[in-house]
Amino acid sequence: MIALTSEPIDVAAALTFLQSEQAGAIDFFLGVVRDNTQERPVDRLEYEAYDRMAISEMQKIADDAQQQWPILRYIIIHRKGTLQIGEIAVLIGVATPHRAAAFEACRYIIDTIKQTVPIWKKEVFTDGESWVNAHP
Amino acid sequence: MDSSVSVLLFGITRDLTGQSTVSVPLSEGASVGDLLSQLHQNYPPLAEIRSLLIAVNGEYAEPEQLLAHHDEIALIPPVSGG
Repeated sequence: MIALTSEPIDVAAALTFLQSEQAGAIDFFLGVVRDNTQERPVDRLEYEAYDRMAISEMQKIADDAQQQWPILRYIIIHRKGTLQIGEIAVLIGVATPHRAAAFEACRYIIDTIKQTVPIWKKEVFTDGESWVNAHP
Repeated sequence: MDSSVSVLLFGITRDLTGQSTVSVPLSEGASVGDLLSQLHQNYPPLAEIRSLLIAVNGEYAEPEQLLAHHDEIALIPPVSGG
């Protein structure tokens, strides 16, 4: 399951979605809004996406992961809009028969999302703002 | 014959131009590379961005890909999801 949402991410619902009788391992990665970047205090983050392409690129990543690991179920949810400190910005969940594949697939999915999916994050500081990765 | 394409903007490129869609005059049969050159010419501040890619109909496009006026074209600045 893949989703972009403006609502808070429900971890318990994601866990319920992933559970399967064949799964011996369920791995989650939660990307969370931190209160600082390089020690500069962050007030909030603002996310935006090119929706149709963000969904299709996340689907490609999930399909690639399924080619590489025996994934029983997966869930990828990314937030859009304004997020406060402590909120979950992204959730990746993977269910596999054994733990090694779940760890590896989870890491592959989040690392690749950060490289290819058209979602943008603006850090808003008390004294300014900046689009992450935009400048050399 | 001259025509133009409409380009969707996001993130820093929308902030720099103050617009979420721009119309770019392009000759018929222009490529993605031609479009990027034209965008840089029309909006010099784009030069300060680390990298710019173009998506055509929701897929990343190579510079040599040709554009058609009905394509959905988007300018993709460096992504920062997660």
